[in-house]
Amino acid sequence: MTADRVKRVRGKGGGMAGVQITVNGRIYRLEVGSAFGEVDPAHTLAHTLRETLGLTGTKVSCDHGACGCCTVLMDDKPVLSCMTLTVECDGKQITTIEGLRDEETGGLDPLQQAFIDHSAFQCGFCTPGIIMSAKALLNENPSPTEEQVKEALAGNFCRCISHYQVVRAVMAAAGQGR
Amino acid sequence: MANTYRFIGKITPRKDASEIVTGGTRYLNDMRVPGMIYGKVLRSPHPHAVIKKIYKRKAEALKGVEAVLTWEDVPDWKGGTPRYTRVLDKKVRYVGDAVALVAAATEEIAREALHLIRVEYEVLPAVFEMEEALKPGAPGLYDEFPGNVVTPGMPFFGPKNLKEVVTGDVEQGFSEADVVTEGTFGYENIPNPLPPEPPGAIALWEEPNKLTIWVSNQASYMDSVVLSHIMGKKVAVRSIGGPCGGSFGSKFMSWQVQCYATLLSRATGKPVKLIFTKEEHLAAFVMRPASRMRARVGMKKDGTVTAVEGTWLIDTGYYSMTTQSQVAVGCGEIQIMLQCPNWDLRPVIVCTNRNASGIVRGFGGQELKCILIPLLSLAMEKLNIDPFEFLKKSFVKPGGGYFWRDGIWYTYRGVDYGPAMDRGAEHFGWKEKWKGWLTPTAVNGAKQRGIGVGVHGNADIGEDASEAYVRLSPDGTAMLFSCVTEHGTGQRTNYAKMVAEVLQIPLENVSITPSDSLTNPYEFGPAGSRGTYAIGSAVIRAAEDARQKLFEILAPVLDADAGDLETVDGMVFSRQRPEKKVPWKAMSIDRTITGLGRFEPDYTLTNCMMTFIEVEVDTETGTVTLVKIVNATDAGTIIDPQGLEGQLNGCLGSAGIDSALFEETILDRSTGHILNANMIDYKWRTFPQLPPIENVVLETPFPSHRFGAVGVGEVATSPGPSAVLMAVSNAIGTRLYEYPVTPERVLRALGKVKGGSRRGGKP
Repeated sequence: MTADRVKRVRGKGGGMAGVQITVNGRIYRLEVGSAFGEVDPAHTLAHTLRETLGLTGTKVSCDHGACGCCTVLMDDKPVLSCMTLTVECDGKQITTIEGLRDEETGGLDPLQQAFIDHSAFQCGFCTPGIIMSAKALLNENPSPTEEQVKEALAGNFCRCISHYQVVRAVMAAAGQGR
Repeated sequence: MANTYRFIGKITPRKDASEIVTGGTRYLNDMRVPGMIYGKVLRSPHPHAVIKKIYKRKAEALKGVEAVLTWEDVPDWKGGTPRYTRVLDKKVRYVGDAVALVAAATEEIAREALHLIRVEYEVLPAVFEMEEALKPGAPGLYDEFPGNVVTPGMPFFGPKNLKEVVTGDVEQGFSEADVVTEGTFGYENIPNPLPPEPPGAIALWEEPNKLTIWVSNQASYMDSVVLSHIMGKKVAVRSIGGPCGGSFGSKFMSWQVQCYATLLSRATGKPVKLIFTKEEHLAAFVMRPASRMRARVGMKKDGTVTAVEGTWLIDTGYYSMTTQSQVAVGCGEIQIMLQCPNWDLRPVIVCTNRNASGIVRGFGGQELKCILIPLLSLAMEKLNIDPFEFLKKSFVKPGGGYFWRDGIWYTYRGVDYGPAMDRGAEHFGWKEKWKGWLTPTAVNGAKQRGIGVGVHGNADIGEDASEAYVRLSPDGTAMLFSCVTEHGTGQRTNYAKMVAEVLQIPLENVSITPSDSLTNPYEFGPAGSRGTYAIGSAVIRAAEDARQKLFEILAPVLDADAGDLETVDGMVFSRQRPEKKVPWKAMSIDRTITGLGRFEPDYTLTNCMMTFIEVEVDTETGTVTLVKIVNATDAGTIIDPQGLEGQLNGCLGSAGIDSALFEETILDRSTGHILNANMIDYKWRTFPQLPPIENVVLETPFPSHRFGAVGVGEVATSPGPSAVLMAVSNAIGTRLYEYPVTPERVLRALGKVKGGSRRGGKP
């Protein structure tokens, strides 16, 4: 944590005060503490998103940073929200699966549409995390090779084996972005 | 193949697609019930112990704790087959067995409370190895199972339920054989099907005896049936299913977590959510049964098998709910794979002090094939018989037959799968690649390639009963009442497709009810490969019945016979005078029409999957790489091309092919602890490791299904593992006897590292 952020998280006298996070463009000021509705210092970002903010599109599978199901974007970079403490997210911009729709039109992100077109999911539980990892890749590299797509998704677990259809969907979405 | 259907076989988005890709799908843990509290389980650190005393006052006194339950506080609900396993018992039988249940305002408080419970145990000797467990004087897990042998038989399958394959005269068979071979193979790595969504339940108890339970299960109707039996038929159980984040069979056995949540709700009067952690999922939920077999095989020069005699040991862990069913179905399936007149195959289900085995895709047949195909290979090797030709010849043909799970002989009336197998072999290049047994197909320095083939077929496509209603509304829409949950196969959308096809209405005009046992008729669920044929047929009949009733009502309006009527896009007309049309609305706007459909079990059909595998083995490092996979099947008629591809690609995961390569649950056989109960140490295939898969799907219509279709999804995992073992053995020129084919085992087989086998497999 930078000194500046520590200062903002800790209130006067060093006690925890609050964190401000922007989730899908909406600003949340959350009190830090152990009362109901507050952010406990032990809360993960996944927990805060799901349990405090009600954004259950982010899934928790392993809860120990191995499966990628809980992937969200923090300042456009993919992070595992089950391994990130909310109190460390002060001032950050978070994008979850719920935030991928076009703000103006409400239309699906081309990546989401490509997942539908290619039926790039089976049970769908790992899909939000896979889409967020793929989104992070396309933000950084709009025209990846198939190998780069696979590498970017290396941390995402899928047990139904939707992988082949996922790679096709991401490549198709990337093609549209060219 | 081009078909004339409007929806069947066409690519249509799944009805739940938008919700899945936008995060809107509500899985169990995404739900909140007003007033809900949270449950946690205290688990045993010992593999075998008697609970002497539990001190729970401190936990009860913790602020926010609403209930702490031990075996002394709960009714005598029991599960298992037979029903000997208590929800909470005074004895624990594996590391992870439930000792106490806590309900609290938050998960954190519940977790904290677990640490405040103190338990005094009298630790008992434990047993982790099947053959040890069977020895006289071995520690016994249950008084009811002397010698740790689980009572054979599954009463649900009928009075003659299949417990073994004993038919003909094996001694006569061996005397007719050109070779008789003998060996032992083991598939004992107890891989975990490991769906991403952890098991769990939300329970709401209402006095005096009403339970509403929200479940995540592929077969959510059955939860109401199973729980009702476990609760002594004294509780009215309503089960509500929803999107299931993967099951692969495993969540069929969720009665324990469901009972934990129920007991806590019953104790607190509040709805209780209890979701397992991933560690609990890996160490205290369901894994594949372990199998080992010593057997003798008699074979003629032409590849005819004259006799099979062997003992199939199945380690079910600390109890069995369904292992007898898996044995029954596995025994049926082995006859489908191997038409042989003389059998003496005797299964023994053994309980040991480890986490329980349960349902996993492949359901007994995968386990049995992983050990019997290698045993048959010993004879094939001696006679220099091509395993592809052997498996093709041995598979059931029309007119052949098998004893199915009910112990009754069925004559097979399905298609000949030979052409599908041939097409697969052609696609794979089997004939060009096959160089003989224990002979690599190619050698490039230290890298040696080998090929293998496996097959699986299951007569469960018409297994168990299904019921459905289809309700027509005057506005031209139809609603399907079916207690089918979506667990990844896309079948809920496929049933809507079938309804739309029968009624000739746009797919968006067909909806499906939530899978609630209160409002839907009986549904065994999409278990095995029964979804398309069994459930599909019930759905089709309901739609046909509704259509017929609609015609009977509208016949007088059109001045025609009901039998002459057709309907397209919500308009009804007579084939004689198609210009005169009336909308469904003509039935009257204050009416709905409900059609009923039921499917009666039919065991005379089977599906088939053959898998060809090519591997490359690095003989210096022992690493095995999949080079190519070809799956070959005949689906009758393809309903959903994308869904089918997904199912067939699924051959790798859910304890399928990768259970032959690297997946295993590592049990410390001195302490009973599972050493890799997390998703870092439990290995799974990642995106960069995808091998090329090609799926060859023939379409030879099955006349007894309206659209000629049969299910093939479940079986995709099953032929692969034994094919991997065969391929690796061929690549390195020496046999492997155990799964998975880790670098260590490969190097040991090559004589490059020393050390004995850890488990049962040996020549």
